[in-house]
Amino acid sequence: MSSSDVSPMSTTSPTAPVTQIPSARALWKSQDQHSGALQDWAERQHPSLLAPLSDEVARRDLFRLLGASVALAGFSACTRQPDEKILPYAKNPETLVPGNPLYYATAMPWATGAIGLLVESHMGRPTKIEGNAQHPSSLGSTDCFAQASVLGLYDPDRSTTLTRAGRISTWNDFLTDLTAQLSSQTGKQGAGLRILTGTVVSPTLAARLRAVLAAYPSAKWIQYEPIHRDQARAGALAAFGEDVLARPDFAAAKIVVALEGDFLGNGPASVAATRAFSKARRARKAKSTINRLHAAESSMSLTGAMADHFVAVRPSELTALAAALAKAVGATFEGDAGALSAKAQAWAIAAAADLVAHKGECVVVAGDAANSDVHALVHAMNAALGNVGKTVTYTEPVAPVSIDQTAALGELAGDMARGTIDALVMLGVNPVYDAPADLAFKTALTKVSWLAHLGLYQDETAEQCLWHINEAHYLEAWGDARGSDGSVALVQPLIAPLYSGKSAIEVVNALLGKGGVVGYESVREHWQTVFAAATFEHQWRSALHDGVVPGTAPETKSVSPRSITIASAKREEGMELVLRADDSAFDGRFANNSWLQELPRTLTRLVWDNAALMSLATATRLGVKNGDVVELALGKVTVRAPVWLVPGQADECVAVQLGYGRTRAGSVGNGVGFDAYPLRSSGGQWSATGLRTTKTGDTYQLVTAQMHHSMEGRDLIRVRESGHIEREGPEEKIPTVWKEYEYNGNAWAMVIDLGSCTGCNACTIACQAENNIPVVGKAQVANTREMHWIRIDRYFEGEDFDAARVRFQPVPCMHCENAPCEVVCPVGATTHGPEGLNEMVYNRCVGTRYCLNNCPYKVRRFNFLLYQDFVTESVKLQRNPDVSVRSRGVMEKCTYCIQRISQARIQAIREGGRPLVDGDIVTACQSVCPAEAITFGDKNDPKSAVAKLREEPHHYGILEDVNTRPRTTYLAKVENRGTEHEG
Amino acid sequence: MQPTNDAALQTSTAQPTHDLPVIAPGHTLASITDKITSIVLRRDTPLAWAAGLALASTGLFFLVISIAWLLAKGTGVWGINNEVGWGFAIINFVWWIGIGHAGTLISAILLLLNQQWRTSINRAAEAMTLFAVACAGMFPLLHVGRPWLAFWLFPIPNTMGVWPQFRSPLLWDVFAVSTYATVSALFWFTGLIPDLATLRDQAKNIWAKRIFGMLSLGWRGAAMHWERYEIAYLILAGLSTPLVVSVHTVVSFDFAVSIVPGWHATILPPYFVAGAIYSGFAMVLTLMIPLRSAFGFKDFITDRHLNNMAKVMLATGLIVAYGYVMEAFFAWYSAAPYELAMIHNRMFGAAWKSYWALILFNVAIPQLLWFRGVRLNPMWLFMISIVVNIGMWLERYVIVVTSLERDFMPSAWADYYPTKWDVMLYIGTIGFFFFAFFLFIRFLPSIAIFEMKSLVPRRDAGGAKGSAASSTKEGTHHS
Repeated sequence: MSSSDVSPMSTTSPTAPVTQIPSARALWKSQDQHSGALQDWAERQHPSLLAPLSDEVARRDLFRLLGASVALAGFSACTRQPDEKILPYAKNPETLVPGNPLYYATAMPWATGAIGLLVESHMGRPTKIEGNAQHPSSLGSTDCFAQASVLGLYDPDRSTTLTRAGRISTWNDFLTDLTAQLSSQTGKQGAGLRILTGTVVSPTLAARLRAVLAAYPSAKWIQYEPIHRDQARAGALAAFGEDVLARPDFAAAKIVVALEGDFLGNGPASVAATRAFSKARRARKAKSTINRLHAAESSMSLTGAMADHFVAVRPSELTALAAALAKAVGATFEGDAGALSAKAQAWAIAAAADLVAHKGECVVVAGDAANSDVHALVHAMNAALGNVGKTVTYTEPVAPVSIDQTAALGELAGDMARGTIDALVMLGVNPVYDAPADLAFKTALTKVSWLAHLGLYQDETAEQCLWHINEAHYLEAWGDARGSDGSVALVQPLIAPLYSGKSAIEVVNALLGKGGVVGYESVREHWQTVFAAATFEHQWRSALHDGVVPGTAPETKSVSPRSITIASAKREEGMELVLRADDSAFDGRFANNSWLQELPRTLTRLVWDNAALMSLATATRLGVKNGDVVELALGKVTVRAPVWLVPGQADECVAVQLGYGRTRAGSVGNGVGFDAYPLRSSGGQWSATGLRTTKTGDTYQLVTAQMHHSMEGRDLIRVRESGHIEREGPEEKIPTVWKEYEYNGNAWAMVIDLGSCTGCNACTIACQAENNIPVVGKAQVANTREMHWIRIDRYFEGEDFDAARVRFQPVPCMHCENAPCEVVCPVGATTHGPEGLNEMVYNRCVGTRYCLNNCPYKVRRFNFLLYQDFVTESVKLQRNPDVSVRSRGVMEKCTYCIQRISQARIQAIREGGRPLVDGDIVTACQSVCPAEAITFGDKNDPKSAVAKLREEPHHYGILEDVNTRPRTTYLAKVENRGTEHEG
Repeated sequence: MQPTNDAALQTSTAQPTHDLPVIAPGHTLASITDKITSIVLRRDTPLAWAAGLALASTGLFFLVISIAWLLAKGTGVWGINNEVGWGFAIINFVWWIGIGHAGTLISAILLLLNQQWRTSINRAAEAMTLFAVACAGMFPLLHVGRPWLAFWLFPIPNTMGVWPQFRSPLLWDVFAVSTYATVSALFWFTGLIPDLATLRDQAKNIWAKRIFGMLSLGWRGAAMHWERYEIAYLILAGLSTPLVVSVHTVVSFDFAVSIVPGWHATILPPYFVAGAIYSGFAMVLTLMIPLRSAFGFKDFITDRHLNNMAKVMLATGLIVAYGYVMEAFFAWYSAAPYELAMIHNRMFGAAWKSYWALILFNVAIPQLLWFRGVRLNPMWLFMISIVVNIGMWLERYVIVVTSLERDFMPSAWADYYPTKWDVMLYIGTIGFFFFAFFLFIRFLPSIAIFEMKSLVPRRDAGGAKGSAASSTKEGTHHS
């Protein structure tokens, strides 16, 4: 009988076996079946299956099958699949291929200038931030904040609705109420109306706000950013009579002197600066001499850690130091320089000698925390050294409207307290939390009857306001922004607002009576006034595509120096307080970002906390150690803070970081750390004298991602002196008993230049975003269970703790040739790939953790608990669909971004099987690195950058004596301390 | 003679210890049967036994709770971390496996070496092995991140053609431990069969009769049965003998094959085997000394037994001490910075307390066993056995944890602190061990009846029962 048309189930009856139903003959499903080819195939391939089919069906067999089917039918009821509707695109968007990401150019607004970005979008979901290589403030890299901002978009704690007095309301109700308020202001020309924003870098928004002021001439627009540049502005006014921005060219300067100037850290502006600085910092066979960095800081920053020559000075001593330096380099000024400590004096002499020896090819910079006199002296020094026009140029500031922000906020608080303000609109700010404490902003707010707040969160300020409008994240809203170099990028949304939020432009539109005008129209409208009408559409589209509007970079300004007079510079006695923006929380706006909270702070390696940093000498005098709680008292205000000791802190100083102790940040940020803002007054925003520090006797658990800070004499970070990078001793290859692998195709390798690495952490967080790495929380990090695939090891070197030199070393998986992890895995879940990658097979991993024990680099990360959030819907949207989301009980580690390798390989095959070349594959850490310290490529290709770096004399691998033969290798850190600074 | 502690001390001064009897004089075949079976077949349950079982059950309850919590939450409930990937689970695994070794050594090697004194302790020692291996086996299973997939460590043919990775010592462990568990169970059960038949014959209770009847597999004491039995027992003894050496050698490979300073040492296999026997005999003493008092087995487990076991402990303890010395010597001799740092950390670094406690417990205190008076004093022996049990646990702690705490990258140095769940699971396995042991001594003959009979001098062997058995035994033992 033919089996292809008869199945045993359908054709038999218990009594009379019927083997054929004639009518079934007429029914066939395919040509194969009809012609009998199917049966031929089945006979060939599955004779055993076919055999029972061709037999006559016995009664017992039938019952057996019937019984089994009934039993098995029960199983099918166990998992009920949910009803889901699948809606295909009615019209498929051009360029969208499911599975292939698209990249859109946009920019993250920031007070010191936006950073241009390319955002990876998977089926309409922004998942990963990359730098926009065409944007001058990014050049393809980003900082930590930009990387983490994509998590902010999906933060489940974001404000999701517009509220009136805490109850859900609507945009139309707000517009009605606003209209009523505004009509009452029309009579008095808006005298009772105030608008408070952060530093506005958007030309469109600035124009709209100016239009509001034009409509209500007595109204005022106040900008206040907790991390502002008031001192730099005042210094420029003193030096030149106008507010200009100094633009140092770090790539050209051979000597850089930074006075409290953290140009390598502190936000997006550092990205381009780091890129330029690292160009002059790179030691290679061809040119092994590098620039030299002198830094004087009260609390060591990234810049201080990078410095060849560092001195910790008290904030009150900085003016005297700047004055001494200015005098030594021949700059003229009026005023008393004051006395210097011997340590600072020695530093100043050495720095001045270097400056004078490199006239025209050096630069002096000062940061936001330096006072206006220091800024003025810096301008004078650059002029005296002939640097202007060579290593430093001047342009107008980034913000279209530059004001003294502290004074303006003080004036607003005063007006409010006097009761002369009827309506205050706050756009994207949180002054209740971050305004200087002496302004009593929260109390002053109660005198204003009509308060409206636009914000991403129902934060401390929103709580005080009648109206709260949920803000659209920058990835959801249209806008534009000037970059840190001044050129404009269009901010285009990657996704429709998740919670129908409004942008600042849209709220200002409402103030102009155009509540219905959306951001897109406003931005286009603004640019219609800039672009020529005929070519508008073309220019608009190309600006959107490129992420930067060409020709918008400000022109260099010629400045005319004035004679400067500095206030009497006197070194204060007693303890001083230093206030700084935080590496992670910044001014508090990222307090609810768990990626940033779990990112070990650059110098301290602390997570989930801020601390009162002090030198060992100071701590010894106070009788405190790490984790002891001290009371910091300034005037009548007291704050309790745990102590942490780090090198590079000026003696008798306590440095605290802003941005913690939030009460309404969200479920992640609430109650993390202590709030230092109460110590910050408008007169002492960066430092204060007269600090009283008392030991309380309490202790607090501070958690650090690195417990041990000495290299123990092991050869992990090698250090060479500028100009002397020759190999020390011959390169020896230890023999191995294993059969060596052969790599005939690609052999991936990574080289990390420790000389360029500033320790900024951007690679860690980029990796976290790219590879769906979970956060684990403070308690888990306390038991060293953090999941970062690339960590920055930080060691202190030197006998004197306070003067110890800081070393950074990014450590991803080494992808060893003789990987100790591979041989010990009992199930073969970690294997050696054909291109030399040490591959993790998550599905196969049972979690014995033997590989982790046997990894000498300790780069493996185990999911001890269920760390991934499989519940929160919004967070799921962020995940990279090309990377497995690991669950409990599975080992994971750096993969060299294998998903990017695969993508590039597929692309190359589609392009006719061309070989992969440098630039086809850029790992997440490599792409984000502002210092270009990470190079990835094919070591088998002699033309590749990585192969060339492996030939450098100062190239080495760590723990090579264990004979693991790492694929990730390093270039020694090269310093330029010079002979005069040794010892 | 009914030896008391004092009497033992007095007699021992006069008599060489190898002349001490392995069975007290005056026993007949019948008295042995009655004495041992009466514990199993008595109708009333001694209150002390019930109390002991209740205490052990509390431990068992801890085991259930801590396993449930572990499975619900993940291995993260323990103190292990990304630097120290193995903690209590592996320490306890090695510790339990080591304890098991004495049982196998007593039953297999001493049988082959014709050591008569093993007879009265082998049954209980084998039971101890079995329960210790069961405790040990729990840990590798539970310590993996996804225990429900632990069967992937077995070479199960599958359609995907995926096999375990045969280079991994953990896989060797799977084979070593599962073989060990199987052979130990078979050996123990085979040895029980004639006694189970005796119990079947002695039992009055119908259910006891039936259960023992089923378990005795139709044993009738026929000559053919005895012949088969002897061959099977010898084969199993032969199979077990290499296991005594191989199992802990393979366990030591988990460490020796790795590259972790403090693990990567060629001395580890012999030193682990010696340590295993050391801790095993300590545990046998810990169990036997109270057992012989509680059940009046002093006639069967005599001072000769205690003395011999103490000597084995002393010898293996010295091998272990040699291992410690060599570990330190080779760390110094290698001049490898990581090895030096490891031994420095153990001796003078963060781990000094556990290291010197281990030296005190495993090396210093057991030197008391050189003294005959100590060897023949059950109280002293019991305390030393406890000390050695703790010391051997500390040894595994020092090896497993302190090596990982301070390895190659100082940036990745971390500390390990066990959590309450680590401790609870450990206590839980101890509870399980004693729970099983209490059931064993109540429901099975804890001393091999038919083997004891073979020790009765021949002139007394004319009793009605078991003459065939006894003559066969004689033949085996003395030929």
